[in-house]
Amino acid sequence: MKIFLKLFVLLGCAFAVAAHAKEIKLLNVSYDPTRELYQDYNAAFARYWKAKTGDNVVVAQSHGGSGKQAQSVINGLEADVVTLALAYDIDAIAQQAKLLPADWQKRLPNNSTPYTSTIVFLVRKGNPKGIKDWDDLVKLNVVVVTPNPKTSGGARWNYLAAWAYALDKYGHDDAKARDFIKRLYKNVPVLDSGARGSTTTFVEREIGDVLLAWENEAHLAIKQFGVDKFDIVTPPLSILAEPPVAVVDKVAKKRGTTEVAQAYLEYLYSDEGQDIAGRNFYRPRSEKAAAKYAIQFSPVKLVTVDEVFGGWQKAQKAHFADGGVFDQIFQP
Amino acid sequence: MAKKTTSVLPGFRLTLGYTVLYLSLIVLIPLACAFWKTSELTWGQFWHAVAAPRVLASYRLSFGASFLAALTNLFFGLLVAWVLVRYQFWGKRFVDALVDLPFALPTAVAGIALTAVYAPHGWIGQWLEPLGIQVAFTRLGVFVALTFIGLPFIVRTVQPVLEDFDLEIEESAASLGANRWQTFWRVTLPMLRPALLTGFTLAFARALGEYGSVVFISGNMPMKTEITPLLIITKLEEFDYPGATAIAVVMLVASFVLLLAINFLQWWSHRHHRPV
Amino acid sequence: MVPASTLHAPRRAAPRRVTAEPPFVRWLLIGVALLFLGLFLVVPLAAVFVEAFAKGVGYYFHTFNDANTLSAIKLTFITAAIAVPLNCVFGVAAAWAIAKFDFRGKTVLITLIDLPFSVSPVVSGMIYVLLFGAQGLLGPWLLEHNIKIIFAVPGIVLATMFVTFPFVARELIPLMQAQGRTEEEAARVLGASGWQTFWRVTLPNIKWGLLYGVILCNARAMGEFGAVSVVSGHIRGQTNTIPLHVEILYNEYNFVGAFAVASLLTFLAVVTLALKTWAERKNAALRGTGN
Repeated sequence: MKIFLKLFVLLGCAFAVAAHAKEIKLLNVSYDPTRELYQDYNAAFARYWKAKTGDNVVVAQSHGGSGKQAQSVINGLEADVVTLALAYDIDAIAQQAKLLPADWQKRLPNNSTPYTSTIVFLVRKGNPKGIKDWDDLVKLNVVVVTPNPKTSGGARWNYLAAWAYALDKYGHDDAKARDFIKRLYKNVPVLDSGARGSTTTFVEREIGDVLLAWENEAHLAIKQFGVDKFDIVTPPLSILAEPPVAVVDKVAKKRGTTEVAQAYLEYLYSDEGQDIAGRNFYRPRSEKAAAKYAIQFSPVKLVTVDEVFGGWQKAQKAHFADGGVFDQIFQP
Repeated sequence: MAKKTTSVLPGFRLTLGYTVLYLSLIVLIPLACAFWKTSELTWGQFWHAVAAPRVLASYRLSFGASFLAALTNLFFGLLVAWVLVRYQFWGKRFVDALVDLPFALPTAVAGIALTAVYAPHGWIGQWLEPLGIQVAFTRLGVFVALTFIGLPFIVRTVQPVLEDFDLEIEESAASLGANRWQTFWRVTLPMLRPALLTGFTLAFARALGEYGSVVFISGNMPMKTEITPLLIITKLEEFDYPGATAIAVVMLVASFVLLLAINFLQWWSHRHHRPV
Repeated sequence: MVPASTLHAPRRAAPRRVTAEPPFVRWLLIGVALLFLGLFLVVPLAAVFVEAFAKGVGYYFHTFNDANTLSAIKLTFITAAIAVPLNCVFGVAAAWAIAKFDFRGKTVLITLIDLPFSVSPVVSGMIYVLLFGAQGLLGPWLLEHNIKIIFAVPGIVLATMFVTFPFVARELIPLMQAQGRTEEEAARVLGASGWQTFWRVTLPNIKWGLLYGVILCNARAMGEFGAVSVVSGHIRGQTNTIPLHVEILYNEYNFVGAFAVASLLTFLAVVTLALKTWAERKNAALRGTGN
């Protein structure tokens, strides 16, 4: 009899919980290399939110080139949060569709970037061409693989990192930097439309001596394809890549998800969120996680887009817009 | 011979009305949007968008590779159709069915498969590389993908004509002293000309717009291996909608004029060469 | 008059000496044709299946035991189930109007029907974004009424309809033109109603051609990538079709999984082609005995 009573109570509790538990759906529109990161993180956040509020959160993911994803959101893809490759793309959502305020980047700590990354070189095992620094990329016999900066966010970081190096080397002479970039892209045989496409070209098609890649992508490639095939070379100077995150206010408000969307992004800064970022080869912001994962990141001098280029708006206009420097270096 | 509209058959208004309505809803109104968006540009801006050096280079590649691919298919398509109709050999039915594969195979799958096969370490690529021939990530790769896409168009337009071909015509040519080659060149080929022309145009027009299979194999280098549809995508991702639609409009008009020309030619030859 | 000419010369008669090539020419031509098809068609096709089974049969089937893959398969079938019948009805209506009547502007109309063949898939996706997107012509109105078209199933269906628009019509128009209108006119004179004429006379005449058109239309509807990619939004488990899912798996370095799902599409294509060959033979047999 007792056991029945217990069962009854248990069942009752289950019902009570079930009646309360809401099923919340979020859509996170992200760029290409974050698939594995958010797969881990979404599960962790669902656990956290369930424990805190009792509600179930299911986060749906959409991945693609950063620019393309931003454009989809502008055209009406109902993203509660966006986690893109660069601030310029979220700026575009703020400017063109007015779905979030222009000062969105000030709303979360660290310029709304809970994790950072940088650009490194992935080379074939043993580094047969002896590639150490950006200078080695413009040598005549070196074949470089990088995606198209017009369509890929990661490729823009690659390009800007090379430019920052050239400015540094030639004493801030723009003409010389341009010549350096021109020689660099002469060594590129394939411009894939996205970062993942370039990795495939380098790894599967065995094209090229060096792949310019996100640090996390390079580590992931080694994890996926074996440590016996590739080495990571971190150049002495590279760029601080800050992939930002933001709640898309208007969409979240309309769908009634503002609170959970906000919590979703804030939890990225928590110990668990930072740990997941580190585990997926992103450089965590928190000192604790940074110390824990320090061993997997080589020391590198990092410059920022704001310091060298005066912000993304200027960088985009000067380099990647129609008729910008990137277009000019391909003119005969 | 052409009776004017007083037909005893019913349903003309209904079917024509429905055709025009459906055509407008699904095709014409959406396409008109491209023109509407382009009209935001001044003539100067329009010209700048569609005649920039990089865009011109992409036209050269897209039109050139499509033309060469269609030309290749013209030759091999005719050959395949001829072999399938005139000769008996083992596995013919299988080959016949296979010809439609590019119609049915998703373009992205075709692109990935072709790249895997023709890359320097691929099944075919590894034999070509020692010869100094690179297919994947060059213009040759674009050509290969477009040839793949266009093959069925020629075979499928020529095949039925060849099947219905009256062998007596060839016989009489032979009995008048023509050798086999002369018969083919002077008698058979001219009869196939309309079908070949249609097939060529369809293959050409289809190749012009092809995207999915080409981006995987082309390498996408500006001025070298960048096709026009990729430029449209690139412009879209720069949030440059008017620029993208301007290039799209140029391609649309080119396709339309091409198809219209071919349909007129068909109609004309239908009227002038109709068997009495 | 078309059947009349076929009566004189029995088709596929054994080639006579004067109209046949010497054996070595024949074998050379067959050889070259097969080599060409081999390099361009068979090798890529084989590559798909070899890659798909690279990790064994178990792994192959394991790929399909995944919620996202299954939802992609489901969405693809739903899309085809809506787009194909609609284009089929359109194709019959258009072919009837064009083949059975004379009117001005026919050539232009046929060209317009052909147009989606040659419009870049990228452009066909883009125009729907221009029309229904949040920044598009109807966007604000749709947003106000909370109707989702782009980045949802309706947009995917529309883009698919656009791309497969001409298939059925293109197949039927020449067929019905060749058949002429005498049979239908006779039926009408004998007192049949319009519908009766269509169901009893026209439909039996065109059914195999119609089936051929539907099969090709369906194959393309299931396999479309470019246009659907622009309007889909790529939400996993929600707005991914099979071709888009192939791309996703490929981008996750899951090459075997990508080719496995691709092989499903290829398999569907091969089944489709087998069906089509069967339909054609029926059609040929019908034409042969019907007269």
